[in-house]
Amino acid sequence: MSNRNTKPYLEALPYTSILLLIVGIPIATLLTISFWETDGLQLYPNFTLENYEEIFTSKLTLSLYLQTIKYTVLTLAFSLVIGFTCSYFLVFFVKSLKMQIALFLLCTIPFWTSTTIRMISWVPFLGKEGIFNTAAQGVGLIDQPLEFLLFSDFAVVLTYVHLFTLFMIVPIFNSMSKISPSVIEAAKDAGASDFDVLVNVIIPLTKTGIALGSIFVVALVMGDFFVVRVMSGGQSASVVSAMKNDIDQLYYPQAAAMAVLLIAVVLAFVYLIMRVVDIRAELER
Amino acid sequence: MTSSTRGLTFYFLVSFFVLFVAFLYGPMLIIFVLSFQGQHGGLTFPMRGVSTHWFSDLFTSSRYGDLGGALSRSLILGVASMAITVVACLFAGLAFRKRFVGSGIIFYLAITSLVVPGILLGLGLGQLFQIVGIRLNWFTSGLAAHLSWTLPFGLLIMFAVLNRFDGAWEEAARDAGASHWQTLKLVTIPILFPGLIAVSLFGFTLSYDEMPRSLLTVGADNTLPIEIANMTSNVTTPALYAIGTVTSFISFAVIGLAFLAIMVIQKRRA
Repeated sequence: MSNRNTKPYLEALPYTSILLLIVGIPIATLLTISFWETDGLQLYPNFTLENYEEIFTSKLTLSLYLQTIKYTVLTLAFSLVIGFTCSYFLVFFVKSLKMQIALFLLCTIPFWTSTTIRMISWVPFLGKEGIFNTAAQGVGLIDQPLEFLLFSDFAVVLTYVHLFTLFMIVPIFNSMSKISPSVIEAAKDAGASDFDVLVNVIIPLTKTGIALGSIFVVALVMGDFFVVRVMSGGQSASVVSAMKNDIDQLYYPQAAAMAVLLIAVVLAFVYLIMRVVDIRAELER
Repeated sequence: MTSSTRGLTFYFLVSFFVLFVAFLYGPMLIIFVLSFQGQHGGLTFPMRGVSTHWFSDLFTSSRYGDLGGALSRSLILGVASMAITVVACLFAGLAFRKRFVGSGIIFYLAITSLVVPGILLGLGLGQLFQIVGIRLNWFTSGLAAHLSWTLPFGLLIMFAVLNRFDGAWEEAARDAGASHWQTLKLVTIPILFPGLIAVSLFGFTLSYDEMPRSLLTVGADNTLPIEIANMTSNVTTPALYAIGTVTSFISFAVIGLAFLAIMVIQKRRA
């Protein structure tokens, strides 16, 4: 009998101990270091609140967070609309199951390829002498090449949407395909229009997928430093890309304090989303 | 609602979907084409001839650092992450079928590992190694960083896989006198096998393409994604696209292999 009770613990032991070692302890390390002092060469384990004071009194902090939140909200909005629309099409308008799976896989394959390469692949398209500008000038749509296309906030958000919409499609598709056709039939028999069904049946039943997708997008955009650096051409900064300078200059305690703050913000977002939807219960359903 | 308006919705959605797929694949196709740019061609169209010059340039020129070494390190890390991810996630997934005290905490730890900004987790891992006094190395601290990315995904996939698994098979095996290990080896794993291939696919590809978590943890020897990230700022020739084509081709080969394996198994079962 005791064997029965300890079995899940034994089974979960390798997974849990690895995660504690490589995630739990490193985050605790960041937290600890964020209260330490440094002279730019070495760390001194003397308790100080200076690192946090600096962050909270700097005007830069607020503007970096505002910029990052702007990117996050824009990316969230676009990827949600695109992800929902594509899933809606796949689940309710593609009748053959085989076709549905094939098209779904078509949407997910880029997920398993390099994000850096997918980001870079926008450069020849958006550049000043890129495909879009050349073509648009060729057909007389514009006289001058559009310069805001590349190395701008536009390019950053476009790349985010391109990279992260997959993270919306997969969970939303998953939730949608679990909706029983009889529920929709019942609503229609009761006189609901297609639009009523979409708003009152499908969207509420898809909320787990939307929540899970949003968690991914929020975490990925808020944690990014690379896309914003390359695609804005160094003109914009996000919280992490600014932090990267401290890291490069070996000011680890300051970087750690900023890291702790950002991790807290991201986790708070995720917690809020998970308060609304019990993701674990839904995943195991 | 008349059938003609439904038709309109359908055509709108089809066009939307087609546009999305073009958006998804178009830029990639462009750089695949441009990677075959002629020797005197530049980073954008027009093509000045067609050649494989930039591919041979990648591995013969000293300008790009040790790309061969980086590639082999990334492949080794991918395989190691894959193996550990499959085994750890299989057992964790089995455990999670029951709600046990502490399972919520483990779940939240996995979610934390997933959503924590990668480079910051790398910073924590790197500092931890430094404080403990262990040198950063791509196969120790680097592997740890990769697992922090592959393990949470593996668990989420296991949830989906186990949703469709009927525990009655295991009970039947035990009733017939099978031990825990026999049940696992002869019943559970064979039934779950296609799902485990999916977990492996995630384990390998997510590790193979991982960059932010690796950046501050691999030590002196870079992985391929880091080399490529460095190339984006200092290489201004189509060699950048050539390495993109090479690494995407490896990813596609792995994806194709995984799908093929799953299809063969499903066919045999049918």
